[in-house]
Formats: sequence, C-alpha cells, structure tokens
Amino acid sequence: MAVAQPRPRPSNPRILVEHRSAAAVEDTPVVFEIGDAAVYYGAFRAVRDVSLQIHEKQITAFIGPSGCGKTTMLRALNRMHDTTPGAKVTGKLLYHGVDLYGPQVSAVEVRRRIGMVFQKPNPFPKSIYDNVSFGPRVNGIRDRAKLDELVETSLRSAALWDEVKDRLRTSALGLSGGQQQRLCIARTIAVEPEVVLMDEPCSALDPIATARIEELMRQLKSQFTIVIVTHNMQQAARVSDRTAFFTAELDSKNDQRTGILVEYDATAKMFSNPADERTENYITGRFG
Amino acid sequence: MQLFELRGRSHHADKAFGWITIAAAGLVLVILGLVAASMTQRALPVLEKMGPDLFTSSKWSAAEDHYGLLAFLFGTLYTAAIALVLAVPVSLGVALFITQVAPRWLKKPMVYLIDLCAVVPSVVWGLWGVLVLSQHFGLGRSFLTAGIILAIMITPIITSLAREVIETTPLTDKEAALALGATRWEMICATVLPHSKGGLVGAVMLGLGRAMGETIAAALVIGSALGQITANPFAPGNSMPAVIANEWGEADDLHKSALIALAVTLFALTIVVNLLATWIVQRGRRHA
Ligand SMILES: Nc1ncnc2c1ncn2[C@@H]1O[C@H](COP(=O)(O)OP(=O)(O)OP(=O)(O)O)[C@@H](O)[C@H]1O
Ligand SMILES: [Mg+2]
Repeated sequence: MAVAQPRPRPSNPRILVEHRSAAAVEDTPVVFEIGDAAVYYGAFRAVRDVSLQIHEKQITAFIGPSGCGKTTMLRALNRMHDTTPGAKVTGKLLYHGVDLYGPQVSAVEVRRRIGMVFQKPNPFPKSIYDNVSFGPRVNGIRDRAKLDELVETSLRSAALWDEVKDRLRTSALGLSGGQQQRLCIARTIAVEPEVVLMDEPCSALDPIATARIEELMRQLKSQFTIVIVTHNMQQAARVSDRTAFFTAELDSKNDQRTGILVEYDATAKMFSNPADERTENYITGRFG
Repeated sequence: MQLFELRGRSHHADKAFGWITIAAAGLVLVILGLVAASMTQRALPVLEKMGPDLFTSSKWSAAEDHYGLLAFLFGTLYTAAIALVLAVPVSLGVALFITQVAPRWLKKPMVYLIDLCAVVPSVVWGLWGVLVLSQHFGLGRSFLTAGIILAIMITPIITSLAREVIETTPLTDKEAALALGATRWEMICATVLPHSKGGLVGAVMLGLGRAMGETIAAALVIGSALGQITANPFAPGNSMPAVIANEWGEADDLHKSALIALAVTLFALTIVVNLLATWIVQRGRRHA
C-alpha cells in the first residue's frame, strides 16, 4: 500500500504524530476485551463486528464520520444502553476478563468503576460541592472530612480548584461551558473509577478550554484508562495512544447504514501509515 | 421587496394576536369579577345579621335563623386533607413507576387506564362510596369515607400531571447520575424530584382545589351532620359544597343568603390555595 505524501498543512494530524515511533505504544494489561460486538436499537443494528482490546492507563480514541456508532459503542462499555428502551448489546465484552453483561453483574457497580463524561456538559442544578460529592455520597461515603478531601482532590485533578475554591457552595450552572465540563470530569473522577469514557468532551468548548482538557487527559492517564470519542482528528493524534477508526456501511439487504470498525492500531501508526484505504482517506480529509 | 411584504404582514398578525389574547384574558377577569361581586352582594344580608359569628360559630340552624359556617369550613379542609394524605403518595408512586420503572409495553395501557379513571363522573364515585365503603365495609358516612372517595377522585388528576412534569426531566441529568454509579432510586431523588418539585406542588394543589370543591360525591358520603368539629375521622360531618347542594332546594331568603356566603368563602379559599401554589412553585424555581 502506497504511503501518501505528508501534507504541509499544519492541521494535518499526521504531523502531530511524526515525532512518535510507531512501535512506541506500550503493551499494558488489557482492560476491555471486545469480540464481535454489535449494538441494536430495536431491529436497527447500529454497529457490528467490533473486535478490539483497550489497554490499561492508555488513551484510546474512537474516530469516524458522524453516525458510524462511536457513541453507541462507547455507551456499551459501561452499560449506559440499559436505560435506552429497546437497545441491545451482543457479542463478547469482557472487562478484566469478566463478562460485562453477565447475569451476576450489576450495572450500577459497572458504572461506578467505569465513569462517563458526556458531550454536553451536564452538571446537576446543584452547588459545585454537591456536584462533585454526589458520586462519593451515593457510593456510601458520609464522612464530612473525607468528602471535603475528595472534592478538593478531584477539583484539583480536573484543574478547576483554583477557579472555584471560593464558590463551592454556588450553583454549578453559573460556571462557563469549559468550567462545567471540567466540573463533570471532576465529578466523574471523584468516584475513583478505573476507566473514564469521554464522548466528545470538547465539542462544546473553545480551543483554550479544549487545550486544558487535553492536558488534563494526559495527566489523568497515569491513574485511569481513558476512552475518548472525538471528531477532531488533531485531538486524537495529540492525546491518544491507540485509535479505532469506525465508518458506516450501507447494507444492501435492508438499506440500513451500520457502523463497523475499520482499523485499530497505535495512533502513531494510524496517522502515519494506516493499513486501510478508508482510514487513509478519512484522516487526510478526503472523506467524511 | 418580498421580504418587506412578508414582515409587514406577520407584524399585523402579531399585533392582532396580541390584542386578542389581551381581550380574552380581560374577559375572563371581568366575568370572575362579576361573579364575585354579585355573589358577595347576595351574601351581604346574612353577614349583616350574623356579623363575625358567620365565620366563628359552628352552629347552623335554619329554624333559629342562626348561620355559622365554621363546621363546614372544617369539614371541607379535613376531608381534603385526608384525601391529600392518601392520594399524594399513591399518585407520586404511580407516576414514578410509569415514567421510570415500567417496561415500555406497560406504559401506554397504564396511562390510558388512569386517564380513564379521571373521567368517571363524580356521582358514580359517590354512589360507589355509599354502596361499598359505607355499607359493605361498614365505614358509614363520615369524614374518612368522604376523604377516601375524594382521594380516589383526585389521584388520577395528580398522577397525570405529575407524570407529565416528571417526564420533562432532561435525560442528560438522569444519565449523569446513573453514570456516577447511582441506583435508579438515587437517580430519581437526585435529579427527577428536584427538577419536578415546582410542577409536583402545582399538581398537588390542583388536586387539593378539586377535592375542596367536589360537591356531589362528598354530599353522598360525608353524612350531612351539622355543627360537627372533631378529629375523629369516623364521625359524620359536612363540607361547604355538600351543604349548598343539600339545602338550596328548601331554603328561604336568609338561608339562601347564608348558602351563598358559603359559596363565596369556598371561592375565596380556592383562590388562596391557588395563589399559595403559584407562590410555592415560583419560590421552588428561584431556588433551583
Ligand atoms: N437511542 C437511539 N435510538 C435509535 N437509534 C439510535 C439511537 N442512538 C443512536 N442511534 C443510531 O445509531 C447510529 C449510530 O449513532 P451514534 O450516536 O453511535 O453515532 P456517532 O458515531 O456517535 O455519531 P456522531 O459523531 O454524530 O456523534 C445512528 O444511525 C443513529 O441514528
Ligand atoms: Mg456521538
């Protein structure tokens, strides 16, 4: 397969990964082992044949054109589909070797370990303090001092402490969009999860706020496994260790567009020398 | 040119619509005012004769031309209170079940059934109360029997309104709570209830207004006892609308005036309840 000429445009994500070597990504333990997974909304199969492994303390990015099932796949990882009427997940989804959808597994416990940050900042209409302490509280922490400490460390980890430490008791809805999103990250890590799923966490933010959150992700990587959905290929190239490229294919039998996983590899490899032509076209902007 | 014409036309339409709404609102106010004025005028004779005793005495005797409505005011408030105590938990429970717990196939039939209960004529509930509660279950005619019948009558209304309010809770709020490892009940307490607080109070107040004004069902089961002020729920009593319905037919002039005074008092009471409800709802909004 021919390697395309690197483009001089600074926006070309390929440039961002050039300094990394393709073999540099470490083989940390596997957190998610996904095999032939599919997700249905009623009779509609939104995504199919997804097989990939997500590694511990790394950032894995899901990229691909709109409607290819990135959000759908991400939500399958912490059983968020349980609350969608008619949604069904099939295939192998193991978390540290345990079937996420096994009969003994509690969705509540799954979500406590696998947190999620949503596309649109969605703080509760409560105070900043109550937003961050909500998770620890529902998980049984009542001790005031411990809660105070968790709120502070979480807000510090989310790079928000200095901006809000004097107004912890004021409504979270008074924060800016970027601050709200960092609050949502703080709220998620206050539960001390093992994995943080992020669905386009920066899509509502300006470039400065985006840069802060990317910086944050790089720091959080030392403690958490992160999976991020993004439309911004530069972002995927900048922050992720591994990248999964999804696309939607028209099924000629029933005229439905179903998402598939095209290619999954180290980010440096994906952006410099992808194996599949569709990936190549997508990351160079010739498609989607 | 075309743009100008378009704007001009919609401008006129807007203006006309504005005037029509103002006129309609004005008309409603005028009618309400006229009703209040003519009723109050006809209540004056009894007020002149009785003075403040009209409101502070519980003795009501057409033979002695002595009219004190305190016992009926008590009966109205007491039965309405019993009705609320019984109806509110049931309504909230059913509304939460329908919106948060029930599987999809059960939702529609339940909503349909409850809306059907709301249109059963009150005289049917009243007769059912006489036959089943009073006679079969031996509750007799009493405050409690009336309270139960009123509760049954207002439960569908409160449930219906509560369901609509609860359904406006943003999905993003609910998902945020679930993603932090909250159970369904914790999610409801943290997001659904605070979000719906104002609307729920409104729904309950509407039920209260309905319970206080209900005439025929109350008249059938409350027992038509005069002058009864007691906390004993098994005692027979009377309520303002029930007295009016029972006595209007054979009332002479002053007696009629006294009954009209009852109606005006009831009218004032429902207005106070509604203003109170509006105030509570708005206060809830401001604090949210
Ligand atoms: N709740 C739902 N019910 C039915 N269909 C859904 C639902 N959510 C998503 N879909 C469908 O599933 C497919 C994949 O959607 P998904 O949201 O996962 O795409 P995505 O890759 O995240 O897209 P985007 O980049 O626009 O966010 C789409 O065809 C979408 O219409
Ligand atoms: Mg999406």
